[in-house]
Amino acid sequence: MIKKIFVSLALLGLVLMFLPFVRDFDFHNELSDLSSQYVVGSINDLNTQNVVTSVIVTYRGLDTLGEVTVLFLATAGVGFLLRKKKASLKPRRSSELLQTASQFLFVLIILTGVYIFTHGHLTPGGGFQGGVLITTAFLLLILADVNLKFNHSILHLVESFSGAFYVMIGLFGLLLIGMNSFLDPAILPLGKFGYLLSAGAIPIIYSLVGLKVGSELTTIIDKMGGE
Amino acid sequence: MIFALILGFLLLVIGLYGMLTQKNLIKIVIGFSIVDTGTHIIIVSIGYLRGKTAPILDGAVDLANAAKQVVDPIPSALVLTAIVIGLAVTALMLSFVIKLYQKNKSLSIDDYQELKW
Repeated sequence: MIKKIFVSLALLGLVLMFLPFVRDFDFHNELSDLSSQYVVGSINDLNTQNVVTSVIVTYRGLDTLGEVTVLFLATAGVGFLLRKKKASLKPRRSSELLQTASQFLFVLIILTGVYIFTHGHLTPGGGFQGGVLITTAFLLLILADVNLKFNHSILHLVESFSGAFYVMIGLFGLLLIGMNSFLDPAILPLGKFGYLLSAGAIPIIYSLVGLKVGSELTTIIDKMGGE
Repeated sequence: MIFALILGFLLLVIGLYGMLTQKNLIKIVIGFSIVDTGTHIIIVSIGYLRGKTAPILDGAVDLANAAKQVVDPIPSALVLTAIVIGLAVTALMLSFVIKLYQKNKSLSIDDYQELKW
C-alpha cells in the first residue's frame, strides 16, 4: 500500500512536469521550414506521391537503416532466448472453420501485403506495414496448426538477402552519383509522378524493407509459437 | 488536437503506473505497451495542423501549393517505424518472460531477487 502511494506521488510529479507542455502547447497553422522543404522536395526532386515515404526512405534513410538493424537485433535476441524447440505439442485441434479459412485467406493476405509495400510511394502504406501484414498471414497458419514447421533456411535467406541488398542500393548511390548520396533513389530513372514505376529506387528499397520485416517477424512468431 | 495530446499523456501515465505497481511480469509488459501507444499518440498529435489533409499528394492536393495543404509528415514517419520497433521489443520482452517462467515457474516479480539491492 505504501508503495502505491509513493508511485502515485512520483507520477503526480511527472504530470506536474508535463503540465506546462500540454497547457502552453500552441498548434501551428503552418508547416515548419524543414517540413515544407520535404513536401516541395518530394514533388520536385523525388517524384514521390507519399511524402511520409520520401521522408522515411530518402531524407531519413539512414535512420530507417538503423531501425531495421534494431528490428534485426530484437529478432536475434528472441531467437537466442527461445533456441530450443520443444517436442511437438499436443494441443486442442483448431476448429474446422479456422483451418479452412486460413487456407483460403493466406494467399489473399500475402497479396494485400505485397500490394501495400510495392505501392508505398503512392498510397498510405509501405514496407513496415506490408511486412507486418504478411506476418499476420503466417500467424493465421500457425493458429490453424500449432505444429506447423516453416522452412527456416528460406526465411533466413530472404531476410539476409533483403538486408544486404538494401545496403548495396545505398552504396550504389555513393558509386553512381557521388559523395553525400548514400541511399539516393535517383540511381534509377525517376519516372512520371503518380505512376507505379516512379520515384527511382524508393519502391525497390521499400519492397526490400517489407520482405525483411515480414521474414523477421515471421521468425519471431514461429519461435514464440513453439513455446 | 489538444484532446489527442491529453489522451496520449493520460495513457503514458496509466502505463507507467501499471509498470510500477503490478507484480505480474506479463502485466508489466502490457504497461510498457500502453506507454508505447501513448508516446505514439503524443508524437502524431504534435504534427497535426488544423484543417489540413494527409501528406499524400494525390487528387485532393494542389501540387503547386502543396506545402500549405498538408499536415507535418515528419512525426508520422517517426511513429511509423516506432510502431514496428515497439512490436519487436515487446516480443523480445515476452520471450524473456517465457524463459524466466520456464526456469523458476513463477510470473511474480517478487520471486526474482537477483537484481534487488
